[in-house]
Amino acid sequence: MITELGHFALILAFCLTLPQAFFGLAGAAYRKPHWMAVTHRAAAGQFVFAGVAFACLSYSFYVNDFSVLYVAQNSNSALPTFYRFSAVWGAHEGSLLLWLFVQAAWTVSVAAFSRNMPHAMTSRVLGVLGVISAGFALFILTTSNPFERLWPAAMDGRDLNPLLQDPGLAIHPPMLYTGYVGFSVPFAFAVAAMLEGKLDSMWARWVRPWATIAWMFLTIGISLGGWWAYYELGWGGWWAWDPVENASFMPWLVGTALIHSLAVTEKRGLFKSWTLLLSISAFSLSLLGTFLVRSGIIESVHAFASDPSRGLFILVFLGICIGAALTLYAWRAPLFRSQAGFAPISRESFLLFNNVLLVAAAALILIGTLYPLFLDAFGLAKISVGPPYFAIAFLIPMLPLVFLLAPGMHASWKKASFGRIKTTLTMLLIVAIIAGIAIPVAVYGWRSIISAAGIVAALWVAFSALIEPVGRLRKGQSLSAGVLGMSVAHLGLAVFILGATTVESYSEEADLSLRPGQSAEHAGFVFTMNSLREIDGPNYRAVESEIVITRDGEQVTVLHPQKRVYRVQTMPMTEAGIDSSWNHDLFIAMGDHLGNGAWSVRLQYKPMVLFIWLGAFIAAMGGLISTFDRRYRQRVHAEVKVGSVADAKSA
Amino acid sequence: MTPRRRRMVLVGLIVLGVAGAVTLALTAFQENLLYYYTPSDVTAGKAPSDRVFRVGGMVTEGSFQRAPGSLEARFVLTDYAQNVTVSYTGVLPDLFREGQGIIARGKLGQEGMFIAEEVLAKHDENYMPPDVADTLRKGKDKRVTTPIPTATVEQDAE
Repeated sequence: MITELGHFALILAFCLTLPQAFFGLAGAAYRKPHWMAVTHRAAAGQFVFAGVAFACLSYSFYVNDFSVLYVAQNSNSALPTFYRFSAVWGAHEGSLLLWLFVQAAWTVSVAAFSRNMPHAMTSRVLGVLGVISAGFALFILTTSNPFERLWPAAMDGRDLNPLLQDPGLAIHPPMLYTGYVGFSVPFAFAVAAMLEGKLDSMWARWVRPWATIAWMFLTIGISLGGWWAYYELGWGGWWAWDPVENASFMPWLVGTALIHSLAVTEKRGLFKSWTLLLSISAFSLSLLGTFLVRSGIIESVHAFASDPSRGLFILVFLGICIGAALTLYAWRAPLFRSQAGFAPISRESFLLFNNVLLVAAAALILIGTLYPLFLDAFGLAKISVGPPYFAIAFLIPMLPLVFLLAPGMHASWKKASFGRIKTTLTMLLIVAIIAGIAIPVAVYGWRSIISAAGIVAALWVAFSALIEPVGRLRKGQSLSAGVLGMSVAHLGLAVFILGATTVESYSEEADLSLRPGQSAEHAGFVFTMNSLREIDGPNYRAVESEIVITRDGEQVTVLHPQKRVYRVQTMPMTEAGIDSSWNHDLFIAMGDHLGNGAWSVRLQYKPMVLFIWLGAFIAAMGGLISTFDRRYRQRVHAEVKVGSVADAKSA
Repeated sequence: MTPRRRRMVLVGLIVLGVAGAVTLALTAFQENLLYYYTPSDVTAGKAPSDRVFRVGGMVTEGSFQRAPGSLEARFVLTDYAQNVTVSYTGVLPDLFREGQGIIARGKLGQEGMFIAEEVLAKHDENYMPPDVADTLRKGKDKRVTTPIPTATVEQDAE
């Protein structure tokens, strides 16, 4: 009964997306306030019914209703309650329902927080969002219905994929989707502006908070994914340049370019058509990512089981969205010429470089990800592009980007002379070079010129990001949320680079054979396997080893890595033992039983790995802080005043 | 320097930088292209002897060997037409089993032995890497199609 209710709610949500799309777009085009008002109601209704559908599916999981096919496939009566809820988005159908719900949530947020915008603009944005929701709702109803019944009902479910039975992964998909879907809002704003034929600083000011919040969620989502891969996939890697990881990273890069280009559009009225193109690209890449993941054409730990009809639907939908948006762009872009100029050394130039380099990085990753697919599709060859390509292709544009960032933060608009800050920046660069080379060499030894450059760049950016907030605080001046957010986000980037560079340069890894009572030395630590024992978990069995780690005869910690076998899916899983401290992780994963009571184990020493996630989190918080800037809430009064003054003059 | 000259120098520098970056990226791309071969390709000598490549197939039942306590494992990879022996030292992935489709990345060593640097297995027991599925289809086709002369009949009909 509940299931049918959920199915019905889903159909209603779909039905409501149609008036939302039609009355939103047509109402604005024909200037009919009543039509535009319908759009708001329809959007609210869509949100309510998508929510009801989602709640019904969650309830089916909660009560273990194995007469629902999707529940039977992805849950089990022995599955802990917490994971029954996260199992809702554990596979294709349910994760799409989550997608739709998140889309509806963004839509009502736009409706709720856009009182300051002209009616026609809001209405168009909601209309475009309605078209996107309609596409996804139709996709769920026709190819991926989570409410399908299974008759006769299964006695018990096939259980959730053990890899997903983890708190990190329970929140990774919602965050990631919120980011992915969030870029539909700048996309909708871009289409709305092109339909309207008008794009000014106000428009950029409306879009900026949305783009930043979407970017923030995507940042958190991607870094949670890296964290999960690090401890749960069992092998201590945090980024593998896997096609699906790339699929989430490309919208992030373009989204990062977008939030910077929006700054120029808002402050100086420049880069207008470029901003539009980035808004379209960021969302298109999100859809492309969805296509890659859902169609099963790529091979990856993340890929969902393949189904050609699903791939085809998304491909067609992608074609319609991108095709329509780009056609509109080709037609309307000439309207958005910018008149103002800027000197070769100015904030505009720095942001231009930022955009070119970010987009270049995204393009290089896109080539590496899609090239094997093309060759395969045309039957030319079966190849894959190795991770080293991505590492190099990514570093080429990113190193100059990071070095330009430190002065770029302090460049003024139009023409930058830097003035007194020039000496400060130079001094900080010298300090960064000395500290960035001396400290790592003293602690870990010399590795390569690239890792030295990475650490120097990170330190310089960190110092440079602190100049403004520290300077203002010392003088007792106030700091706007925008400037504070920018400084915090760039500080986060520096922390991230520091962590990533150190981990990549100085990790030490060894595969060994250990039996109880035996010790091995690795990276200055002595690992002793004390004992092995069998464990019974709620839905798995495990072999657990106790490993004592000592350094210079003193005990550092005791770890308990496990090798689990989940009962229902009979799937072995590695549960790594990790000892985290601020400057390094010690990581132990159990491999297989080698005979004679010995096990293969992987020992790893990971310096500064915590900084990777800390940095990403700080950057995300920077994004959040910047959206609290006062000017995002003040817009209407300014507009009204200008209008009334103009009226007074003409009158 | 006149502003015009200065601009030309700037543009020249940018062009040089972009050209350098593109060259580096292309080199990296070329060096990191991993070709995929089947056990049949490898035994036929189509795979390179000095380059890293990938080979995929099913792990033959009963072929897995390891000296007790040793990290080195040996197993036979098959596409049901030809076999390649693979040697791997280290921790095998969780889902590595006999009868499972896997992909190994590495180089050819002595006497046709494939020395793997990495072994990949999918986290799904029913999963078969698309490459492996293709290989198997081809392998089976070969076995089935050789004795059947229908192809000529069809050609005649056309």
